[in-house]
Amino acid sequence: MKILVCISPVPDTTTKIAFSDNNTQFSTQGVTMVINPYDEWYALVRALELKESGAATAVNLVTVGRADAEAIIRKALALGGDEAIRIDTDSNDPYVISAQIAAYAQSENYDLILTGKETTDYNNGAVGAMLADQIDANYIGFASKLDVASGTALVTREIEGGEEVVNCPLPLVLSCQKGMAEARIPNMRGIMAARTKPLKVVPAADIAELSKIVAYEMPPAKTGVKMFTIDQMDELVATLHNEAKVI
Amino acid sequence: MSVLVLVENIEGNFKKKSFELVQYASTVAKNMGKTATALVLGTCNKEAMASLGAYGATKVLHVADTQLNQLSARAYTKAIVAASEKEGAKVIVAPHDVVGKTVAPQVASRLKAGLAVGAVSYPDMNNGFVVKRNVFGGKAFAFVNITTEIKVLTLLANSFQVQKGEGAASVEALSVSFDAKDFAIQVKETNKVTGTVPLGEAELVVSGGRGLKGPENWGVIEDLAATMGAATACSRPVADAHWRPHHEHVGQTGGTIRPNLYIAIGISGAIQHLAGVNGSKTIVVINKDPEAPFFKAADYGVIGDALEVTPKLNEAFKRFKAAQH
Ligand SMILES: Cc1cc2nc3c(=O)[nH]c(=O)nc-3n(C[C@H](O)[C@H](O)[C@H](O)COP(=O)(O)OP(=O)(O)OC[C@H]3O[C@@H](n4cnc5c(N)ncnc54)[C@H](O)[C@@H]3O)c2cc1C
Ligand SMILES: Nc1ncnc2c1ncn2[C@@H]1O[C@H](COP(=O)(O)O)[C@@H](O)[C@H]1O
Repeated sequence: MKILVCISPVPDTTTKIAFSDNNTQFSTQGVTMVINPYDEWYALVRALELKESGAATAVNLVTVGRADAEAIIRKALALGGDEAIRIDTDSNDPYVISAQIAAYAQSENYDLILTGKETTDYNNGAVGAMLADQIDANYIGFASKLDVASGTALVTREIEGGEEVVNCPLPLVLSCQKGMAEARIPNMRGIMAARTKPLKVVPAADIAELSKIVAYEMPPAKTGVKMFTIDQMDELVATLHNEAKVI
Repeated sequence: MSVLVLVENIEGNFKKKSFELVQYASTVAKNMGKTATALVLGTCNKEAMASLGAYGATKVLHVADTQLNQLSARAYTKAIVAASEKEGAKVIVAPHDVVGKTVAPQVASRLKAGLAVGAVSYPDMNNGFVVKRNVFGGKAFAFVNITTEIKVLTLLANSFQVQKGEGAASVEALSVSFDAKDFAIQVKETNKVTGTVPLGEAELVVSGGRGLKGPENWGVIEDLAATMGAATACSRPVADAHWRPHHEHVGQTGGTIRPNLYIAIGISGAIQHLAGVNGSKTIVVINKDPEAPFFKAADYGVIGDALEVTPKLNEAFKRFKAAQH
C-alpha cells in the first residue's frame, strides 16, 4: 500500500497577522513558516505508523509551493517518509492546489492520500475533497482514527453531533484531525537522513484559478474590556441582554 | 434559474441553521432577480419541507433515497449536481459544517465552480462576486472574488439574524440514479452526543480552563450552561488531562466556534486558544489574574475565583430568566 501525505507550509501559529499593499497581501515579513499542524501531527504521523506496522510500503510527501517551501518539506522528511515531491507553483485557490496534486497523483496509483482537515492560514478544508473528486477516489472528511486491512480502510469520522465508524474501500482520500496520532519530534537521525532523501521538483500543470482573494480586513479592535465585580453579576447579565444583545 | 441551497434535516426536521441558510439563499436570489430552491437529501417530513417557504424558499427538491440518511460525499455530490443542473443554479449554498465542508468542495470541483467557504456576508455583486469569509482562524477576514459562472459557498452559522415570514414552498421529488460506488462507505457504528447543545452550532458557550483546578469542579460550568441553555467547551490542556472529552476542546487544534456569547472561565487566553473562539460576537472572561491575556480579547470581564464567581453568575442568570417569564 502506497500512501501520499499532502504537506502545506503555514505561518507559525503565534504569528501576528498583518497585511500590506493596501490590505491586499498577507505580510510575510518576519513570519516563520511551519508544517500545517494537522498535516504534521495527524496525517503524516499516522502514515508513518502504518508503514512501521507493515501496513504501508511507502510514504511519500507532496507540497504545492515555491522553492522557499523546501525547508518545510525537509522538516517533514525528518519526521519520516521516503521521498518528497514539490510542485512548483503557488496559489490561495484550493481548486488550483487540488488540481496540481491530482495531475501528479493521477498516474501514481496511491492507495491512500492523507491531508489535514484544513490549513491554519486560509482554513479552506477543501483540497482533499476536491482532489478525491478529481482522481475518482472515495473521500472521508474529519477522520480521527484510521486502520487499513486487506484493501479496506476502517475510519472513525466526525459527523454532525457525534462520530461514526465506517468501512471504505481504497483508493481513499482522508482529511485528518485530532485523535489520529500523537505528535512526534524529529530526532537527529531523522534530520540527518532527511538531507539525502529525494526531493523531486515537478513543473506545475496549466490550471487557472477559479477564485481569488482581492482584499483582507482585520476584525474591529475590541474597544476595551468592561469590568464587573463579583457583586455585579446582575449588572453583567443585564448588560449582556441590553447592550451586547446576546441573551 | 435559481439559487440552490442544501439543508440538512435532523430526523426529518430542520434546525435554526437551516432556516438561516434558506433565508440567506433567498436574499442572494432576490438580489439576482431569481428564486431560491432548497435541496433536501434522505428521509424527511413533508410539512417541515414546505415550511422552508416561510424563510424564502419557493421550491424544495427532495431526493428521498434512504441511503442518503448517511453522509456519502460521492452520493451527495451527485445529488447536488443533479439538482443544480435541473434548476440551472448559478449559486449553490451549503452549511459550513461537517456535511457542507465535505460536499461543497466536491461540487465545486465537479462543476469547475469557484468556492468560498465560511462566508459571513452576502456576496457583493457590484464588482464581480465578492464574499467575505474568515481566515487565519478568525483572526482576519478575506474578500474572495469568485470568477466562474457558477459559485459555491458555505455559510458560517450565526452570521445573520433569522426572521420567519409567511408562505409555503412547493415540494417536488427528484430522483437521482445512484450506483454501488456512490455508497462505498459503510457505516458500522454511530455515536451521537444527545441531550446537550452541539458545540458547533451553539449560540451560547460556557468554557473552562485549567483555572478550574480539576474535573471535580466542572459542576459550576455545567450548572451555568444548563441555566443558560449553553454548550460547554474547554481549553486543550483540560481535554489532554481527560478532565473533559476531546470534542469539547476548542482552539487552533480543536474546534473553531463562533457563538454569540463565549464565557471563558479560568482560561489564560493563549493565542492558540483564541484562534478557535475569537470569532465569537461577545466574550466574557472570568479569571483571578488581572493580567491574564484573555482580558485583552474580552468585551466584559470579572476578576475573581472561578469557583466563587461562576455560581454567582449562575444565580444572576436564573433571576434574569425568572424575570423574563
Ligand atoms: C501548536 C499549539 C497548539 C495549541 N492548540 C491549542 C488549542 O487548540 N486550544 C487550546 O486551548 N490551547 C492550545 N494550545 C495550548 C495553549 O498554548 C495554552 O497552553 C492553553 O490554551 C492554556 O490552557 P488554559 O488557559 O486552560 O491553562 P493555563 O494557561 O494554565 O491558564 C489557566 C488560567 O486560569 C487562571 N486561574 C487559575 N486559578 C484560577 C481560579 N481559581 N479562578 C479563576 N481563574 C484561575 C490563571 O490565572 C490562568 O490565566 C496549543 C499550544 C500549541 C503550542
Ligand atoms: N500547498 C499545498 N501543498 C500540499 N498540500 C496542501 C497545500 N495546501 C493544502 N494542502 C493539503 O490540503 C489540506 C487542506 O487544506 P485547505 O483546503 O487549504 O484548508 C491541508 O491540510 C494539506 O494537507
